[in-house]
Amino acid sequence: MKSLIKMTWMESKLFLREPVGAFFTLVFPLMMLFLFGSIYGNTPTAMFGGYGTVDISIPAYTAMIIATTGLMGLTITLASNRENGVLRRLRTTPVSPFVILAAQVIVMFVMTSIGMLLLVLAGKLVFHVQFDGQAASVMAGFVLCCLSFFSLGFILAALVPTARAAQVVGMALLYPMLFLSGAGFPRELLPETIKKVSTYLPLTYVVNLLRGLWIGEYWSQHITDAVVLGTLLVVGILVSIKIFRWE
Amino acid sequence: MKSIIQVDLLRKTYGTIVAVDDISFEVKEGEIFGMVGPNGAGKTTTIECLEGLRRPDGGSLRVLGVDPQVDSQTLRTHTGIQLQQSNLPDRMKVWEALDLYSSFYPHSADWETLLAQLGLEEKRNAPFAKLSGGQKQRLFIALALLPDPQLVFLDELTTGLDPQARHAIWDLVRDVRSKGKTILMTTHFMEEAERLCDRVAILDQGRIVALDSPVNLVHELGSEERVAFNLDEPIPAELLEGLSRLGNLKVDGGWVSVIENDHRQTELVGEVVQLLTTSGARFRDLRTEQPDLEDVFLKMTGRTIRE
Repeated sequence: MKSLIKMTWMESKLFLREPVGAFFTLVFPLMMLFLFGSIYGNTPTAMFGGYGTVDISIPAYTAMIIATTGLMGLTITLASNRENGVLRRLRTTPVSPFVILAAQVIVMFVMTSIGMLLLVLAGKLVFHVQFDGQAASVMAGFVLCCLSFFSLGFILAALVPTARAAQVVGMALLYPMLFLSGAGFPRELLPETIKKVSTYLPLTYVVNLLRGLWIGEYWSQHITDAVVLGTLLVVGILVSIKIFRWE
Repeated sequence: MKSIIQVDLLRKTYGTIVAVDDISFEVKEGEIFGMVGPNGAGKTTTIECLEGLRRPDGGSLRVLGVDPQVDSQTLRTHTGIQLQQSNLPDRMKVWEALDLYSSFYPHSADWETLLAQLGLEEKRNAPFAKLSGGQKQRLFIALALLPDPQLVFLDELTTGLDPQARHAIWDLVRDVRSKGKTILMTTHFMEEAERLCDRVAILDQGRIVALDSPVNLVHELGSEERVAFNLDEPIPAELLEGLSRLGNLKVDGGWVSVIENDHRQTELVGEVVQLLTTSGARFRDLRTEQPDLEDVFLKMTGRTIRE
């Protein structure tokens, strides 16, 4: 337990010392919120079902943070620690492999949560967003989304040979997904054909679930999203156990 | 003396390549045992089998009384390991690394003391990436000493360091031994083995070709004397002829070594100097040399260690 706490604390510090990762998790989503908030304001429109741009952007940008930490942050950290022999050195100590990996997951989860919290705070204070959901329900959805994307990150980390490759592959997956899933901007603005493509992207289900729960929809209205993400999580864990490499 | 490591017919292959070819040896409590040999001789594979990081294909191993494959937890708790290839995250600070790693061991040594002992006090807040090669190795030694281990593995400890840093590390290793710890080290510097190790196993192509104390290994070669000097010009033919009557000649660039034949009982230095002065050759840096581990390796394998 002592080593898990120490390890988690250490990894948090390392995360914050890496300017790029910290920027895209904590600062960039806020910048997006202020940019589009100042362009469109937060006036309710029929297109968004009576919600304003900022209202629906907060869950969408939260999805963006989840995808960034899962596909980039986690993947690059794991791949570079493996490539540099950091994991190898840790494996020569009695520390449990569970502690090493759990610390990473906890840190990514906490950082993602802080990213979301900053969005919510800014939304409340600056744009007076509406929140019609149930806090517990949104939290549960958030946890499911995080874990299923982190499990994707673990698979990716095992597949890429180097940290550099992790960065390239992570970006190649992340950017199209941000534009097509409704995380980067509302899917209502996308043409029909592209909306069809988006059903193949896991991030779409994160956006759907979080947006729905945020405006007060029930889990029963989002069974597809929950099943897709739940399956992703289980498959992700099983596959990463099978293919994870320490060196 | 208690036996700390017992290796019996250890074998490890990678595909068709036999990395370690049925080697056996024993390491006793309190000694510095060295494995020397060129790259690819099987040193690192052997040490990593002993550390429990690699699974042997054959033979039996006992380290601190346990089989590394079966009871790796005991081993990890009671041994200190410095790996040939490993790193810490670039932005991790020296004190943070020690603090973090000390939380892994049930009875960790005090890391503040180690920090001072290894001369890293002023680098306490420096990130890992900003340390010099010697400082990184000192930090790795500190990490290896954190579990207050009975046995320390040091794999290619001073590779890539400048001579000054290397000598500082040697002093540290002697210090560690004087605290009663057993050390198993690998190196491809013969001088390092000669200066540090109580006993040395010379490895070549996965086999032990010689195993004894450095002094005995050298002694077994016979105490052949050699005289070396440097010539500014190509060696004149008659001088060459005269010298080759005194012993075996080795010419390497401007360096000429005359190695005494075992059977001769003459005063080699005097004769060489006499030949040089009569030939009028301009020579510098005349010196006599004793054979060392490099020569033992050459004799055992027919190659120099750097080939």
